Amino acid sequence: MKIFVCIKQVPGISEVKIDPKTNTLIREGIPSIVNPHDKHAIELGLSIKEEYGGEVFAISMGPPQTEQALREVLSMGVDKAYLLTDRAFAGADTLATSHTLALAIKKILREVDKSEKYIVICGTQAIDGDTAQVGPELAEELGIPQITYVLKFQLKGKDLVVVERVFRTEEVVVIETKLPVLISVLKNINQPRTPSMGGIVKAYQEKEVHFLNSEDIGANKANVGLNGSMTEVHKIFIPQRKGEHLILDGTIEEMVSELVNNLKDDKVL
Amino acid sequence: MSIIIDSDLCEGCGACVTSCPYGGVEIIDDIAVFTEDCILCGVCIESCPVDAITLVRAEPIETVDKAQYKGVWVIAEHYKNEIHKVAFQLLGKGRELSNALNVNLTLVILGDKFDDKLEEIGEYGADEVIYVKSAILKDYYSDLYVNTLTDLITEYEPEIILIGATPTGRDFAPRVAKRLNVGLTADCTGLDIEEETGNLMQTRPTFGGNIMATIRTPMSRPQMSTVRPGIFKANLTAKKKVKITKIEKQFEEKDSVSKIIKIIAKQKENINLEDAEIIVTGGRGVGSKEGFKLLEKLADILGAELGGSRVAVELNWLNEDRQVGQTGKTVSPKIYIACGVSGAIQHLVGMQNSEIIVAINKERHAPIFHVAHYGIVGDLHKVVPALIEEIKKSKSE
Repeated sequence: MKIFVCIKQVPGISEVKIDPKTNTLIREGIPSIVNPHDKHAIELGLSIKEEYGGEVFAISMGPPQTEQALREVLSMGVDKAYLLTDRAFAGADTLATSHTLALAIKKILREVDKSEKYIVICGTQAIDGDTAQVGPELAEELGIPQITYVLKFQLKGKDLVVVERVFRTEEVVVIETKLPVLISVLKNINQPRTPSMGGIVKAYQEKEVHFLNSEDIGANKANVGLNGSMTEVHKIFIPQRKGEHLILDGTIEEMVSELVNNLKDDKVL
Repeated sequence: MSIIIDSDLCEGCGACVTSCPYGGVEIIDDIAVFTEDCILCGVCIESCPVDAITLVRAEPIETVDKAQYKGVWVIAEHYKNEIHKVAFQLLGKGRELSNALNVNLTLVILGDKFDDKLEEIGEYGADEVIYVKSAILKDYYSDLYVNTLTDLITEYEPEIILIGATPTGRDFAPRVAKRLNVGLTADCTGLDIEEETGNLMQTRPTFGGNIMATIRTPMSRPQMSTVRPGIFKANLTAKKKVKITKIEKQFEEKDSVSKIIKIIAKQKENINLEDAEIIVTGGRGVGSKEGFKLLEKLADILGAELGGSRVAVELNWLNEDRQVGQTGKTVSPKIYIACGVSGAIQHLVGMQNSEIIVAINKERHAPIFHVAHYGIVGDLHKVVPALIEEIKKSKSE
C-alpha cells in the first residue's frame, strides 16, 4: 500500500507575543514547526505501514526551508519525502494548494503499480490558516472519498476502512468505506512517536528530500500559487477592541456596588 | 504576481521583518528584501508604516458572468430532525446581506420529515426554502451532499452561499467549492457587502486569532463562506410566507461511497456555553481547582455557566468543553465575567462579541482590560465574594 501524508510547515503560533506599547505583534524569531495535526497524520501513516506493509510518502508544499519539516518526519520513519517548491507556488489559497498536491500525488502514483491500493492522510487543519479545506479539496481532485475529523481508524481485510468521525460535540459517527480514501485526522487519534537517534541519523544521512518544481509535476502556472487562487486577501489587521472601557474606583465594596448598578442600568442584570 | 517594495519609500525600519511569521523578509543595506521563504501571505503589508509594500496580482480574469448569479443561500445542517441553530444565525446575517443586494434569501435543506417545519423558516427572515427530500438524508452523507448541492448551485446560480463552520459544513463545503472551482473562506466571523462591487467581504481570524484577514473572491461565483457558530444572531422577524420548492429524491445507501454503521454518544456533561446568557470564566489567576468553587458560587447565583481559559483547562482545573477561545468555544452572552483571565488573543477571539464584558484582575495592564466594559483591578479572591454579596443584596431588594 502507498501511504501519502501531506504536511505543512507552520510558524509556532503559540509563541506570538504582542508588543504592549505599540499593540503590534512580534513574530520575529518564531521557530518553524511541523503543523501539530500533521504529526498525528504521520503517526497514523507509520502505524498503517507497520501493520499492513507499504511505503509512507510525506509531501509538502512550501518554501525551501520546509525541507527541515520533511527531515523531521523522515526521522520519525517516513520512507520518502517530496518538497513541492517553486516561486510559482507562493501565495496559494486552498484551491491552488490542493491542486498542486494532487498533481504531485498523481505523478507518484503513475510511477507505481496500478493495482496497488493507496490512502492519503492529512491533519484536519493547520494552525496558521485554520481552514481545514485542503484535505476535502484534495480528495475531490483525486476523485476519492474523504472522511474528515477522524478520531479512530481501522483497516479491515484488503481495503475496508472503518473510522470514527466527530460530527457533533456530543456524538461520533462510525463510517465504513473502501480504499482509496483521504482521511483527515484530529489530534486525539494517537500519540506521535519521538524520532529515535537512529531515525535522525538516517533522515539526514541516508534519506533524501526530493524537490519538485512546477515543471516536474506538470503544473500550468495559471493554476498554482497566487494565480490559481480564487480568494484574495483584501486587508489584514489586528483585531480592534470596541466599546467604552470603565475601570472602577474605590474600595472593593464600592466597586462591586457600582458594577451591579451599572449592569442594572445596562439592563443585562 | 509578486510582492514588491518601493525602495524610495522604504526606510529600512524592519517592521516587516518583525511582523513576518515565515522569515520571508530581511533588511539588506537599509532596504527590505524578500527572501525565497516569503509565501506571499501579505501580513507585512499592514505592518509597514510608510506603505512601501504592495502585493501585485495578475489582472483578475473573471471566469463567469457575475450578473447571472443572484440570491443568498444558507445551507442547513440537522440532526435528529432538528435544524442546527447556526442555520438560523446565518439567516439573520443572510437577511442583511440579501437586503443590501436586493435579492432573495433561501434556506437549503437536505433531509427527511421536514415538511411540517418549513413554514416557520419565514420567521427567521428567509424568502424561500429549497427542500431536497429523501429518507436516507436524515443522516449526513458527505458525497450525497456534495453531489446534490453542486447540482442545485449549478441550476439556481446563487451569488453567496453561507454554511455553518461545523465538522459537517467544513466537510462538504470545500469539496463543493473545488468541484465548482470557486473560492471558499473558512470559519468567517464577519461578513459585509462591498458597496461599489457587491463583493462579499469575508473577515476571519488567522494565525491563531492573532490577526484578522478580510478575504474576497472577486473572480468567481458563487462566493462561499463557512461561518463560525455563535457569531451572528438569529433574528425573528414578523412571520412571512415562504416559497417552498420540494425536490423528492430516491437515494439509497448504495448511492453513497460510505456507509454509516452507527452513531455513538460521547460522554457529555450537559453544558452549552454557546447558548448561555451569562458566563463566569476563570483563568490562571484563579490559582487552583479549589479556586473555581468560588466562581461556581458566583455562577450559581447569576444562573450562569462556568467557563475557563486555555490555561485553566490545561491545568485540569476545568473540563475541556468549558474552554472559551480560539481553540475552545466562541461565546456571545449578555454578560461575560472574566476572573483572573489575562486576555491572551486566543481567548479574546472567543468572547469579544459578548454584550457586556466585566474583568476582574490584579494586573492593571492585563490585556483583558482593553476589551472589558467594566474593570475591577483587584484580587478576585476578595472581589468575587463581595460581588456575590452585592448581587444577593440587589436581588432581595
